[in-house]
Amino acid sequence: MTGRFGRAVVLGLLVLFSLSPLYSALVVASRDNADLARATPPLLPGGHLLEHVGELVERVDLAQAMVNSALIASAVAVANAVFCTVAGFAFARLRFRGREALFAVVLASAMVPTQLGIVPVFMVVDALGWYDTFAAAIVPGLVSAFGVFWMRQACLEAVCEELVDAARVDGCSLARVYWHVALPAVRGPAAVLAMLSFATSWNEFSWPLVALDPNDTPTAQVVLSRLAGGYYTDYPLVLTGVLVSVVPVLLLFVLFARKVVAVLARGAAETGR
Amino acid sequence: MVRRTLTPYLLVAPFFVVFGAFGVFPLLRTAWVSTHRWHLISGDEGFAGLDNFRHLLADPLFYNALGNTLSIFLLATVPQLGLALGIAALLARRGPAWQVLVLVPNVVPVVAVALVFGQLLGRDYGMVNFLLGHVGVEPIAWQADRWAAHLGVAVMVMWRWTGYTALLYLAAMRSVPRELYEAAELDGAGAWHRFRVVTLPGIRPTLLFTVVASAIGGVQMFTEPQLFDGSGLAGAGGSDRQFQTVAMYLYEVGFGRFDAGYAAAMTWVLFVLCAVFTTAAVGLVRRVISR
Repeated sequence: MTGRFGRAVVLGLLVLFSLSPLYSALVVASRDNADLARATPPLLPGGHLLEHVGELVERVDLAQAMVNSALIASAVAVANAVFCTVAGFAFARLRFRGREALFAVVLASAMVPTQLGIVPVFMVVDALGWYDTFAAAIVPGLVSAFGVFWMRQACLEAVCEELVDAARVDGCSLARVYWHVALPAVRGPAAVLAMLSFATSWNEFSWPLVALDPNDTPTAQVVLSRLAGGYYTDYPLVLTGVLVSVVPVLLLFVLFARKVVAVLARGAAETGR
Repeated sequence: MVRRTLTPYLLVAPFFVVFGAFGVFPLLRTAWVSTHRWHLISGDEGFAGLDNFRHLLADPLFYNALGNTLSIFLLATVPQLGLALGIAALLARRGPAWQVLVLVPNVVPVVAVALVFGQLLGRDYGMVNFLLGHVGVEPIAWQADRWAAHLGVAVMVMWRWTGYTALLYLAAMRSVPRELYEAAELDGAGAWHRFRVVTLPGIRPTLLFTVVASAIGGVQMFTEPQLFDGSGLAGAGGSDRQFQTVAMYLYEVGFGRFDAGYAAAMTWVLFVLCAVFTTAAVGLVRRVISR
């Protein structure tokens, strides 16, 4: 053992590495261009942040874009929590013909690289007349293979098979079994799935860029990338935009963080043995 | 005790409807389009047989993009998985606060990550060149130089995913039965040997999962390199296409030149490459970590 000191140093560097890009974004966003052009780049935040937020609001409609992003991401989060949970429950605790084969298809579907299919998916969406509608941005992400897999795992671990069978023998409808037995047991993992789905959807860039008209229905990420385009990048302004757009996800993450970590690192309970 | 009821099928139906419409159908449709001259907006312009594929296999820009993709993937993934293993081992006895910290980069939007790193890696006023200058390194043109650009994009990918991967490894490590470690210790195995013969085989399924996920993610790499170039040439991957990945080239062909037939052929070639690549990666991991 190289000792506690060595480990603490490594962990400290790790946290520095994790947080420094966000910190540097704050520094740049709160400085003006003259500060940044000095021979020694500034290390501490300056006093121009609010001024840049004002300029941002004037230059681009980031507020509208963030509302669009929030609507899309919320719909995707709720849909994933609902659809993946019922599908996961069916795969884990109901017996039906073809169950294993269908689940194998779910797993295999994760191998189809979604982004490469961007042209044909666009054709489908266009044929449905959905170009530049929220449906185009939401529907392809309604339910994910990862989510189904995740919720099946959760149901296998948390929903007692005998209880489901007993309730069924007693004449309980499937809907009631799901509502009173399964759902309460997998609320935690379902919330985590909703949070991860929200973040994934909020962070999505290439699909909204293609499926929505950037001039009409921009999302936060699309507006940010356009702000940075052009021949000259106004970094303080762009990084102010970055900070503003990151806030909702970070807030959500902080609210859910303990739950996410607890569920992701599920083995934690066993370490005490 | 198989019940004759529709309910289970109804419960799993949403997944299959969405996957069918936005996964299977596009893939089949792409196969059809790839054998035609096809304009993205005006549509079919006649059967082309395998022309698109022949054209692609002789396209130097495609090989350029393929080489860039592989190079960035290797630079980003190999160190990332190794680092994540080390971090997981370090975090094994720490509280959840540390785990939250390492997960932060993963929830930051990739667009934001690219913009922040673009600024940090600026040639003239960037912090990284400033720090390197103190140890006598000449300013590096992170965007203009091929290898520097690959490294820059790879660092972004690593920054986003290392913590997440570490957390998955950590969860897997915690479910390795303690008795196995005790038995190995009784046999006189040192820390490294225990890691090699107990930990690694114990977390094999998770290792395979992360390798597959990063192989698929690596082949599809788009947003980080797309936004790495702040000079307004986004999409081309730099003035000399020095960091254009295949997904970027696909985007350029399909949505810049509206050549849907050619883009479709590229999609299929990539799909096959992705499958081959993933299988090879899985095979390699299987061989390295014996059961």
